[in-house]
Amino acid sequence: MIDELLTIFLDGAIYASWLFIVALGLTFVFGVLKILNIAHGGIYALGAYSTATLVPIFYSLGVPEQFVILTMLISALAVAIVITPIMERGILRRFYGQDEVLIVLVTYAIYLVLEDVQKLIWGMNSLYVSEPRELLGALEFGSLYYVGYDLALIGLAIFCGLFLWLVLNKTKSGKIVLAVIHNPEISGCMGVNINKVYLAAFFVGAFLAALAGSFTAPLISVQVGISVAVVIESFAVVIIGGLGSIPGAVIGALIIGMARAACVHKLPEAEIFIMYLCMAGMLIFRPKGLFQGTQARKI
Amino acid sequence: MSKNNDLLRAEGINKSFGAVTAAKDINVGIKKGERVSLIGSNGAGKTTFMNMVTGYLKPDTGNIFFKNENITSLNPRVITQKGISRSFQIPQIFEPMSTWENLLVALGTSQKNHSYFKNARSKENSDYIDEMLSRFSLNEFAHRQVSELPGGVRKLLDIAMALVRKPDILLLDEPTSGVGAEEKYPLMDTIAKALSVEDLTVIFVEHDMDIVQNYSERVVAFYQGEIIADDNCDKVLKDKNVQEYVTGKTQVKAK
Amino acid sequence: MSPKLINNIFFQSIFLMSLLIVVGIFIPNWLVFVITKAIAYGLVGLGIITLMRGGLVSFGQGFVFGIGGYTAGLLGTQAGLTDAILLLFISFIFTGFVGLIIAPLLARYRDIFFAMLSLAFSMVLYGILIKIDAIGGSDGFVLPESTYFGIKPSPEYADYMLYVVSIIMTGIVSIIIKYYYDSTPGLIALAVRENELRVEYLGSSAFNVAVLNFTIAAGLGGMGGALNGIALGHIDPEFTYWTTSGEFVFISILAGYLSVPAVFLAALLLELVRSFSGRYFPDTWQLILGVFLILSIIFIPSGIGSFFKKFFDKFKNK
Repeated sequence: MIDELLTIFLDGAIYASWLFIVALGLTFVFGVLKILNIAHGGIYALGAYSTATLVPIFYSLGVPEQFVILTMLISALAVAIVITPIMERGILRRFYGQDEVLIVLVTYAIYLVLEDVQKLIWGMNSLYVSEPRELLGALEFGSLYYVGYDLALIGLAIFCGLFLWLVLNKTKSGKIVLAVIHNPEISGCMGVNINKVYLAAFFVGAFLAALAGSFTAPLISVQVGISVAVVIESFAVVIIGGLGSIPGAVIGALIIGMARAACVHKLPEAEIFIMYLCMAGMLIFRPKGLFQGTQARKI
Repeated sequence: MSKNNDLLRAEGINKSFGAVTAAKDINVGIKKGERVSLIGSNGAGKTTFMNMVTGYLKPDTGNIFFKNENITSLNPRVITQKGISRSFQIPQIFEPMSTWENLLVALGTSQKNHSYFKNARSKENSDYIDEMLSRFSLNEFAHRQVSELPGGVRKLLDIAMALVRKPDILLLDEPTSGVGAEEKYPLMDTIAKALSVEDLTVIFVEHDMDIVQNYSERVVAFYQGEIIADDNCDKVLKDKNVQEYVTGKTQVKAK
Repeated sequence: MSPKLINNIFFQSIFLMSLLIVVGIFIPNWLVFVITKAIAYGLVGLGIITLMRGGLVSFGQGFVFGIGGYTAGLLGTQAGLTDAILLLFISFIFTGFVGLIIAPLLARYRDIFFAMLSLAFSMVLYGILIKIDAIGGSDGFVLPESTYFGIKPSPEYADYMLYVVSIIMTGIVSIIIKYYYDSTPGLIALAVRENELRVEYLGSSAFNVAVLNFTIAAGLGGMGGALNGIALGHIDPEFTYWTTSGEFVFISILAGYLSVPAVFLAALLLELVRSFSGRYFPDTWQLILGVFLILSIIFIPSGIGSFFKKFFDKFKNK
């Protein structure tokens, strides 16, 4: 009984950590740019692919094994560096200030393009890079057995969340971003370079998506179609937590992570379904999420 | 509460936003056919009062009666249907439509039992709209998109739309704000002329004391959420508190 | 021709419908099929532009598309009902009824929240459908061949028969919808799109507008789903998937909310791009679709319908 609860808890926490990293980027980009980015899932997939490509090259170099983490970071960074100017500067910038739903459609189009770009570059074959997962050994809790790498994901998620939160609340540039979130027009009038803030925020979002992909690559077979599930799952998280809210993303990821882990062990038929149920339930009872902002007076 | 012949009556209204008191024990009754202006500096509680009467805000305590019916908990739509219409400080009009179409929408919302298969641009609707247009001297703007119209015309249209439904009470939120000084009086004349046609009760918020004097019989002065004076126009404007807190004509006192 | 006649909606519709029916005899079968599918998608798009006129966009029309499709499919396999006209009609009514039930839940929300809640509904349905093995799970099931007034057409005419039926039924539905757009409630819906608060202050309910429009959109989406299922002869949970819903939103944005026929033209464009790129660039059709989508949003932001409107306004002013 205790074992089962602990399993559900740990499985849920690992899954929630992964979800949180993806959703953090999504919710941050929405908070700053007011864009719900469907292509976020595509960037995640690119992160996974680039890790699956770079890590084997790394091993062929014969450098000490521990540096593979660095390679994974670099591959995530590379994706963000390539994709940000194309997406934000090249396409999305044309649509700022327009209807939110229209911009969702634009990011959907970019998502479609990214799907085929993956196929064109990496083909239809599955790629495997399971080596980094063995790096941290394994841990035992009584009769339970966990891979260290999986548990380290929890640490990574906590680090990402805390880091972003601290930067936003404790540094000058972070406060500028908060000002832009609150009111872009007035911030612009006060001399803030809005375009630069948008670019930086999009870069952070893209990096987080790629990072999640990069660190997930050792756990899965990297293949066509891995982005679809990510889109819906990270949407569910930000909708439960409230669009644009970092604490909301934490709670949203935990709710879905735990609910799903519980389903896997207790009610496997409902595994996929439970997430939609959480999302629909939240939208019905608290449509703007758990952490909703206030609205200004209209008249 | 006692039944009386007030058309609109507010009893013991209190409302605060956090630490700010927007209404403090407001008691006021307004009779049919009165022309009442609400004065007070910004933040004195005039617009809050108007928003509570029309159901946009709910008072913390107190009740609002219209025709002796408690309307405190009703929403703006139902209150409008009962016969209280309002205009807005910033005209709330349908920007991509023409003046004519804006009035057509207003007319449509005032009708019951719509047919889903009858064209809205029917003969009888057209006739009524043309009549409204001439009442408000809006004929020349009839088919222009309202987003391109000058401020005064937008104000007129906003008021005309509120009047289409033939309300018992019309609330005007700063009808002449945002309009140039030389345009103010012609605009107010047009409004007064258009409103004089019916047996209408008009409550309006106004900052220009000349307009207040010329167009209202009764004045209610607000200061920090409280009513500090409520009487006929001359008396209120001569009131010492009103001069100190509202109109700003403070007598120089010897020290 | 007199401008009055050109602007007469019955004249326009009958002219267009007969033209399409006659043209259908001479065009190859694959094109007949593509147009039928475009009509199915266009019906869903017509529902979305009805919502758009009231200021809402649903990102989950796959929900009603799927319900319509499964209704027609299950009536065919379980109840032995194969008459295409009846199936389309029943799907329209039934899905509209489902829409009416969930509309009050959705109608409280706006903008991105409305879009996401509708998406959530479609995903819940998807989650259910892939789990029910009795109706084929994620593989779906095959529909029986359709009949028309009790007659089963020979296989070479089956596509054409469905084509004719879908054109006539869609034509009738489109005329009804156009009448609604031009009526007083239709006009109030447009006002809600611009300024909901003012509409409430004029005494009309924005909530009711949203409920009505969602119900109409559901009915249309259900009919589209049924037509798509009958045309394919097969139905599966993909009908309700979010990528399918995305295509419907695309059709309505490409068409804009100003014109009814534009939505069918937009759907046809999508189907043509899909079938051409599917045939010649099978590995990159999503890429082509995505680029097409972005370009059309950049270059025709107010939709194809804006051209239509300009064209007909010319006649009106004479």
